[in-house]
Amino acid sequence: MKEHILHLQGVSKNYAGKKALDQVSLSIGKGKIVGLLGTNGSGKSTLMKIAAGLIPYEGNATVLGKPAGLESKAEVAFMPDRPLTESWMRVYEAIRMQRDFYPDFDENKAGQMLEFMNLRDRDRVSTLSKGMQERLQLTLTLSRRARLYLLDEPIGGVDPVARTRILDAILEFYDEDSSIVISTHLVREIERIFDEVLFLKQGKVVLQDEVEQLRSKHGKSVEDLFKEVFAE
Amino acid sequence: MALEFDNNLPIYLQIMNYIKREIVTGKLKAGDKIPSVRELAAELQINPNTVQRTFQELEREEVVETRRGLGRYVTSEEAKIMAIKKEMAGDLIQRFITGMQELGFANKDIAAIIAEAVDDKNPPALK
Repeated sequence: MKEHILHLQGVSKNYAGKKALDQVSLSIGKGKIVGLLGTNGSGKSTLMKIAAGLIPYEGNATVLGKPAGLESKAEVAFMPDRPLTESWMRVYEAIRMQRDFYPDFDENKAGQMLEFMNLRDRDRVSTLSKGMQERLQLTLTLSRRARLYLLDEPIGGVDPVARTRILDAILEFYDEDSSIVISTHLVREIERIFDEVLFLKQGKVVLQDEVEQLRSKHGKSVEDLFKEVFAE
Repeated sequence: MALEFDNNLPIYLQIMNYIKREIVTGKLKAGDKIPSVRELAAELQINPNTVQRTFQELEREEVVETRRGLGRYVTSEEAKIMAIKKEMAGDLIQRFITGMQELGFANKDIAAIIAEAVDDKNPPALK
């Protein structure tokens, strides 16, 4: 049987009576880069938080066979859409905090990534531009030796130069034994780094397929399909 | 490598064509080593499994060969390279002929126009 890194079966989540996720089932295999695509409010962040073991849910969710929650947290590195750092910190302090927090943090890799990202140890987090912020957050996340990386909107609101650098870093530093889930609504910029995409619409998975399969089947880009599925 | 991809078509086919073109035009020579999956993926900003698939297909077509422990190399058989060249020429000609037919030219006119164009090295005046 194929090894699944992440597996969801009939997962639902309600916020104050409103369905954020509705009976979501999906599997993510080893070594895959998966795009989690949807418009704002489609449930992407909720799904990520469940996979990260941060919030309760109904149904079954497992990471490497362990139920998503406290037990599975050690396998998952999550980059939320809000910074992991405090504004008073300098870059090296942010690295140190992450190292103290996570036993799987790889300082060597962090050093290489900082260099790749053109970040300096002494830079103050509060003075970093949005693009540099995202580079730092990605460094903090990818430097952990996790099996599942969850990146929530890693290229949202950053300029094209930073975007390219971030995509380069993902391809340069990802680990073939793990899987990466990247949520985004910026499909065109990023679709070429995906193995598979998942379309999430109003809390439901409306499509999951390999991107090359989609291109040969429909003769269309993922972006065009995205526009069709989410047209209002 | 400068390469513009069309997201509407499978990427692995585009990379295959690109590498074949590099070989046919002599930028990659018979027996040259080609980049690793990770190198090419990072360079082209492409999913590594897509690059892997490209290489597998090129191996299947015997355009590249794997030497265990050493990496992948362009085939050293000149005949194979010639065959790729013919295949690419065939594609070009087929596309041209289809285009001409769509413009309403009969096959013998197409042949005449081509002969004239090759002869003059100038575009023929269409009658």
